[in-house]
Amino acid sequence: MRTTRRAGRRTAGLALVLGAATVLAACGSGDGGDGGGDGGGGSAAGSCTNTIVNEDAPVVTVWAWYPAMEQVVDLFNETHDDVQVCWTNAGQGGDAYQAFSTALEAGSGAPDVMMIEAEFLGQYTIRDALVDIGPLGAAEVADDYTEGAWSDVSTGDEVYAIPVDGGPMGFLYRQDIFDEYGVAVPTTWEEFADAAQALKDAGYEGYIANFPPNWWAFTQAMAAQKGWAPFEYEAGSTDLRIDMNSPEAVEVLAFWNELVQNDLVATDEAFTADYNASLVDGTYASYVAAAWGPGYLAGLSDADADAVWRAAPLPQWEGEEPRSVNIGGSTFAVSEQAENPELAAQVAIEIFGTEEAWKIGIEEAALFPLWRPILESDYFRDLEYPFFDGQQINNDVFLEAAAGYEGFATPPFLTYVYDQGTQQLTAMVEGSVDAATVMANMQDDVAGYAEAQGFDVSQ
Amino acid sequence: MATTTSTEVSRAGTATRAPRRPRAGRIERNRQRWGWFFLAPFAAVFLVLLVAPLAYAFWMSLRTDTLAAGESFTGLANYQRAFTDPLFLGGLGRVGLFVAVMVPIQLGVALVAALVLDTLATRLSRFSRLMIFVPYAVPGMIGALMWGFLYSPRFGPATDIFGLFGATPPGFLAPGTVFYSLVNIVTWQWAGYYMIIIYAALRGIDPAVYEAARIDGASGFQIATRIKVPMISAALVMVVIFALIGTLQFFTEPSILRNVAAGAIPVHYTPNMYAHGLAFSYQQFNYASTISFALGVIVFAFSYLFLFLTRKRSGLNS
Repeated sequence: MRTTRRAGRRTAGLALVLGAATVLAACGSGDGGDGGGDGGGGSAAGSCTNTIVNEDAPVVTVWAWYPAMEQVVDLFNETHDDVQVCWTNAGQGGDAYQAFSTALEAGSGAPDVMMIEAEFLGQYTIRDALVDIGPLGAAEVADDYTEGAWSDVSTGDEVYAIPVDGGPMGFLYRQDIFDEYGVAVPTTWEEFADAAQALKDAGYEGYIANFPPNWWAFTQAMAAQKGWAPFEYEAGSTDLRIDMNSPEAVEVLAFWNELVQNDLVATDEAFTADYNASLVDGTYASYVAAAWGPGYLAGLSDADADAVWRAAPLPQWEGEEPRSVNIGGSTFAVSEQAENPELAAQVAIEIFGTEEAWKIGIEEAALFPLWRPILESDYFRDLEYPFFDGQQINNDVFLEAAAGYEGFATPPFLTYVYDQGTQQLTAMVEGSVDAATVMANMQDDVAGYAEAQGFDVSQ
Repeated sequence: MATTTSTEVSRAGTATRAPRRPRAGRIERNRQRWGWFFLAPFAAVFLVLLVAPLAYAFWMSLRTDTLAAGESFTGLANYQRAFTDPLFLGGLGRVGLFVAVMVPIQLGVALVAALVLDTLATRLSRFSRLMIFVPYAVPGMIGALMWGFLYSPRFGPATDIFGLFGATPPGFLAPGTVFYSLVNIVTWQWAGYYMIIIYAALRGIDPAVYEAARIDGASGFQIATRIKVPMISAALVMVVIFALIGTLQFFTEPSILRNVAAGAIPVHYTPNMYAHGLAFSYQQFNYASTISFALGVIVFAFSYLFLFLTRKRSGLNS
């Protein structure tokens, strides 16, 4: 009996050690996944993804997830003797923000220059996490950007980031599918609903498009097209107007929900493997996309070889004045942890401040530039995209969409709004709530959250 | 477990030393100095890596930081908020449900597998033992990613298998079903590990007991239920404790599946995920500390309660 008990105890001890080791291992790998590998050591020049050309020059660390970023960084380093960029991809969007926020809270480890989507800037300025780069050279380049783009990154004289790319929206569609089933490409949302039905009636087994329940930004843009402006917020103020539950938003959401409930659009979660495959294998006949959408499509594997993609302006609402809307688009901001803010500001301004850099950005990464020297150039307007069999998509669609974009105010806790939106939209596509309830719940949740965060909320 | 061993050793030590104590004060003091010396490395690690972070987290949990109104000391207000927060309580309810469903299933699968393997002595049994254990060797994150693909209607095998019978598979990642999908992943991963613990305990039983039982006319089933199970009750209690603690802290699998089922698995799905989301998505580090601390207290209370209720079986009190 005695030996048995001792053996049991030893097993138990071993098991405890094993268990603890597993927990540690799990935590480690989990964090690694979230932080994007070696994203943690932002200030250590040794962890650059690129190679430093000029070893003697001071180094500025940059986190960014643009495609083809390495070529842009290499170009910058080869053409600069006074400063070198050490670039790391610390994950995409939310993952990178998590790593950045954690480094900010910890007081060290954040990069000098951080890529931040324009609508998320408020989330960081309210924490005093970004340096006002107006006096550090940014004010002098204001004229290089459109007024709309500049207003997204500045408050009065204070400038918190340099605009890089934009996300004006268009309608990317499969010409071959619409032709095969004899359905006309929609120019209004009413036609879009009819086309969805017509494609189904003609025997098409896919869906005209996908309505992604985990992508609130998409719903937001769709509703904004009908004039929805749910937020009013001035950086630095504690006043916040929240009016999400307005008739136009409910109307737009009800339009999509009807398509969903009639099984005329898919409801796959965006940015998953299933969604990516469906985008390019003909399951969706169109992709309601921002200007970075073509680049996203082109980067997906297992594409349908015979696919014929074309771009058209975003469908409009009948009887409404046409409005341009936007999803995404990013900026470069200088973090408060930057050792040399002046140098960091120089990098933020110059990294995408040359025609050569933008040629890489446009041709390799399919970015939509906000830098006027290239945005307004003939080169960009007339550029023929091989993915669209030579269509001049900027001339046909995106330049006009970008010119008409008037901006969209967001609260400084957008991550929360997006997470709540995901839950509400999932409930809606599951059929347990209707569009009006979604918007009423969003209003309650978001206003409640804002009040708990100390804002003076008005409606 | 390690604590039990050390108390026993020291108790034995005291028993032999006791009569000499009055005369050997200096030696004793010297001994104690060496004791502290040997204890120091552990104590340092314990203080720096466990006590200090806990104290810091508790200090953080007493303060409130808001986006617009700044930071202030609010005492226990955060705890009051936590225990009335429907998201935290909902998460607790959910892991409670996971405990109720998942722990019995895991324990059942592990116990049956161990009993069967203990009875068989063929090469096949050694192979099966390894195969049942293998999922545990797969890191939890990789396992969850893999299952994410298996559950996918497009990449997973379910569509093909159900298609053979002309049926469509259920949406494994839908809000109503994702609970069972998670139960399946965790059971797949951990049942083999628990099986090994139980199996090891079974191997420790003196075979003469079985022989005696067989002479008394006990069937194989009776031997399993009346002799083997009671004799390994200490191991079973330990397995339940592991499963209980692991489930209350449920994090990795739902966090990974959230990447493909963000609608079905909200950020506050389990209390641990809620704390993580609050801290790293919403920058509410103070309230996240409160949630973590409250969860820690609850896990401790449940584990203690369970050990107290099973003290006669666990062998901890003998």
